[in-house]
Amino acid sequence: MTTTTAPPAASTPSGAADPGRPYRRSPLTWIREHLLAAITVVVFVFMLAPNAVILWMSFNQPIGKFDYDWNRFSLSAWKNPCATNEMCHSLGLSVEIGLIATLVSTALGTMIAFAMVRHRFKARSGINSLLFLPMAAPEVVMGATLTALFFNTIGPGSLGFWTITIAHIVFCLSYVVVTVKSRLAGMDPTLERAAQDLYATPLQTFMKVTLPLVAPGIGAAALLAFALSVDDYIITAFTAGNMETFPMYIWGSVQRAYPAQIDVIGSLMLICTMAIIALSQILGRARNARR
Amino acid sequence: MSVSLQAPPAKSPVPQPPPAARRAGLLTPWILLLPGLLWLVVFFLVPILTSVGASVQTGNADQGYRLTWDWGNYGHGLSDYLPQYGHSLLYSVLCTVFCLLLGYPVAYCIAFRGGRFKSLLMALVVVPSFTSFLIRTIAWKTILSDNGPIVSVLNDLHVLNATTAMGWTVGNHVLASPAAVVFGMVYNFLPFMILPLYTSLEKIDPRLHEAGSDLYCDTFATWRRVTLPLSMPGVVGGTLLTFIPAVGDYINAQLLGNPNTGVVGQKIEDLFLRQTDGYPVGSAISVVLMAGTLILVLLYIRKAGTEDLI
Repeated sequence: MTTTTAPPAASTPSGAADPGRPYRRSPLTWIREHLLAAITVVVFVFMLAPNAVILWMSFNQPIGKFDYDWNRFSLSAWKNPCATNEMCHSLGLSVEIGLIATLVSTALGTMIAFAMVRHRFKARSGINSLLFLPMAAPEVVMGATLTALFFNTIGPGSLGFWTITIAHIVFCLSYVVVTVKSRLAGMDPTLERAAQDLYATPLQTFMKVTLPLVAPGIGAAALLAFALSVDDYIITAFTAGNMETFPMYIWGSVQRAYPAQIDVIGSLMLICTMAIIALSQILGRARNARR
Repeated sequence: MSVSLQAPPAKSPVPQPPPAARRAGLLTPWILLLPGLLWLVVFFLVPILTSVGASVQTGNADQGYRLTWDWGNYGHGLSDYLPQYGHSLLYSVLCTVFCLLLGYPVAYCIAFRGGRFKSLLMALVVVPSFTSFLIRTIAWKTILSDNGPIVSVLNDLHVLNATTAMGWTVGNHVLASPAAVVFGMVYNFLPFMILPLYTSLEKIDPRLHEAGSDLYCDTFATWRRVTLPLSMPGVVGGTLLTFIPAVGDYINAQLLGNPNTGVVGQKIEDLFLRQTDGYPVGSAISVVLMAGTLILVLLYIRKAGTEDLI
């Protein structure tokens, strides 16, 4: 990068526009250039600090019921990651709901994305609006309105596993559509035509050309849907009834007791994500090397 | 309502299929659309209509609710919870502004100075989000606690006295204050701002910067006249992705705020889940919140003039 770029927020003295000077570096330019980098570093520290604290506090032996203040180093939370039965049960429930919601929303969303990108039909803009609305609705509104529907139809007593899953599919669907759509729209349409020119049937074209090309988009959409579902608190709280998912367990822990094991799970989530990213990088590099 | 999520696909000169296939081709999109759209209609649109209906009912959980067309629920909902509406709007606008001010330089720096570390840096923006946001928000309680280093530094510098005088914090604490709520919201929603900003900045050809300086623009003028207009889709997308979840958020207000930082979301949850007869008023408040958010978003999209860029 040889271009001199300034941070957007900094103001410039009028003299800097003098055509005779752009190649001489004034100390002001130096400060401005490094200001941009400094802001970036500070923001990264801000974004990553809680994760560092979570990892740190997972090795804590808390004095009371709440793992908020550092006491002394201990491995006990890592040796016994299930603090209470409820915690691991809620974690399992979250994963179960997440998997079902991911499967259904990815399937439905991919179908919608194909229809929207590959076919021309009436009512397109209306359908686009319907897909945009769930993303423009605050979560709490979605939770409240859906609960109102369940109250009015099946009654308050029937809230539970399936109402949570239904709600999660609703809010994952639009995100899946957007993700798969952007992958589909960026695809070279001539590849499919080339396959048909080479006498591939529509099914063969789809299976051998289209699907492998769209697969990364579908995979990304599924990952996003799973992450959204497992991490959701607000909509879940409205539709859960007596069920307790992992985010709801954490929410309750703020009132009851906050064991160090929650920080262990938080650290494991980060470590698993980083491992998956590293693995996909290594696999991608190995595949490129083989070519 | 003509918000198109994406530009229409390029028209390609596809050879016309035989008539039978064309008829099947007309049906295919609807077969693909039907299950997903049905799901959205039944579990998204119908609930909103049900809520509008529920908002004019009277009754309680034991005796059931009757449709009485009691529009008073809206009056009660608005007048009783006016401070909460104000807080929600104020906090979410502040959060969006701070996210833009922090996120733009970061996205800019990664896009134009990142070099071969671009994707690694963007991964670092996203990776923390995979740890539950509740755990991460609670971690701020540890960092900002009264015996933590940040609070003692701020106290030594008498910063907290100044912010308390302005009403942003309470006493010599950072936690349990309006400032902490906005801080937590900025922390939680910053990645949603950086991602779309980065996507639109990354597409800009860096040679345009050189062209700008060739035409005697200084770096700031180049940014204002070349980079900023080209990155507007990212600015609009980022502000929407930040504002919409922020306006309904009550996690940060609950975990990092105090009883005086109540937001609409908390009241809706309270009315729905803890009060026996709160459900009609709760519905009225959420209908108002939904309509208000939608109107603000549509006005903003119209004003930003990027209807087909989102």
